[in-house]
Amino acid sequence: MNSSVMNPPGEERLQPAKSSTGEKIRIHDLHAYYGESHILHGIDMTIMQGELVTLLGRNGAGRSTTLKAIMNMVGRRTGKININGTDTIPLPAHKIAHLGVGYCPEERGIFSSLNVEENLMLPPDVRSDGMCVEEIYELFPNLAERRYSQGTRLSGGEQQMLAMARILRTGANILLLDEITEGLAPVIVQKLAQVLQMLKERGLTILLVEQNFRFAAPIADRHYVMEHGHIVEEVKQHELAAKTDLLNTYLGV
Amino acid sequence: MATLFGINLFALSGQLLVGLINGSFYALLSLGLAIIFGLLKIINFAQGAMYMLGAFLAWMALQYFGINYWVALVLVPLAVGGFAILIERFLVRPIAKEDHLYSLLLTFGLALILQGLFTQLYGSSGLGYQIPAELKGGTKLPFMYLPNYRAWIIIASLVVCATTWWVIEKTKLGAYLRAGTENPQLMQGFGINVPLITTLTFGFGVALAGFAGVLAAPVYSVSPEMGSNILIVVFAIVVIGGMGSIGGAILTGLMMGIVEGLTKFFYPEASSTVIFLVMVIVLLLKPAGLFGKEA
Repeated sequence: MNSSVMNPPGEERLQPAKSSTGEKIRIHDLHAYYGESHILHGIDMTIMQGELVTLLGRNGAGRSTTLKAIMNMVGRRTGKININGTDTIPLPAHKIAHLGVGYCPEERGIFSSLNVEENLMLPPDVRSDGMCVEEIYELFPNLAERRYSQGTRLSGGEQQMLAMARILRTGANILLLDEITEGLAPVIVQKLAQVLQMLKERGLTILLVEQNFRFAAPIADRHYVMEHGHIVEEVKQHELAAKTDLLNTYLGV
Repeated sequence: MATLFGINLFALSGQLLVGLINGSFYALLSLGLAIIFGLLKIINFAQGAMYMLGAFLAWMALQYFGINYWVALVLVPLAVGGFAILIERFLVRPIAKEDHLYSLLLTFGLALILQGLFTQLYGSSGLGYQIPAELKGGTKLPFMYLPNYRAWIIIASLVVCATTWWVIEKTKLGAYLRAGTENPQLMQGFGINVPLITTLTFGFGVALAGFAGVLAAPVYSVSPEMGSNILIVVFAIVVIGGMGSIGGAILTGLMMGIVEGLTKFFYPEASSTVIFLVMVIVLLLKPAGLFGKEA
């Protein structure tokens, strides 16, 4: 948790939020299956309030499946997933969000039958202190301009912003973000990094599946490295320099 | 006799009216089918049987319990919708993960059972249902005599169809439906109880057929076959309109009723086949249907 060494400005404001630390997500011995195929082989991880944690690894390592397993979107799960202290393994999928969880899928999931504003307003509030629409349009001015366009007519970057904005509006304070920078222009990736930094400062808890290590490294508190459905390494922010070679081996970058 | 270019305007407008009335029923039934197909991806072959059930329930309510038309018009769709909710919950949902062909066969079987049951109970000759006293008589228009009950069918059907369209296209509930149609899993992830919405949608789609059945009772003979006869035409209409669109289902229903009516006037021999002819042409030119989205 000691991330003060390398963190950019904003750290001072970040500390008080963290003083009320609590476990937001605790996963123990999580196995997940799609039909006959066994994807996750006993995952253990804990994410504290206000932390930004990434899941690194190659394609097919089980990172997206970990997020989906938390959302109860895989075929079968065993083990334990506690969110805010609630055991969520027995919960139906539609109850997970109401624990304050916002999920942004890799394919972004913008609805083509809805316009931008309808997409934005679609998910029900899960907590009372979400961002209001004005705040969101201020953060993402492009969305305000195109609010009556069909959701899927937006550019990839705009769709990604919409997918983020959508869960921020609901008040979710645990965000599960799957490959949000994939295929986006550097300027948009930068914007997303700013947004994540801002959310961190507000004390939100973020679990980020990320391919772009250079995007993740400066903003994350910790990294889990996954391979073949296992967590093979945990790297804290201050260990990054020391473990660079190790990471390179795992990620093949 | 009023004629224009040798066309008998009385007869023409009479057939147009009949077409519009048939179209009203087509619209209600294909709307129900389109809604159910949208969310559940199943083709409800029992939609015609539910329409028949609606007509019979209205008849039985009056016969055995003295429940009048207006009360039946509210209660029967609720009863038919409630019945559909049980079917969805206990028959359709357990096989929802299988190939959709299974649920199609299930609804087809249900339709046969219902039709057989009512043939057994009431025979196949058909029963009469009195037009409610408030809507007896008619209005004389320049070219035609418009019976009040027939005007009522058109108005009631248009109001129900337009309201349904508005709810689906313009409200938050409708946005849930449209989004749930596209990506049910993500909707669950947002905290929306998609199985519940699915059940209620199925109930509502079928209730539309029940409503159409009550509307039809006073004008068509209440018989076990009334559903299967109309359903074949309605399927053709759904194909013409395209499965993707709620508004398309309504418009195509009305349009095809009118096309049928016009054909009855100009070339009566073709009136029962013209819709299928249109279907063939549409399939050749625009396989996704007039309002459907190209895959």
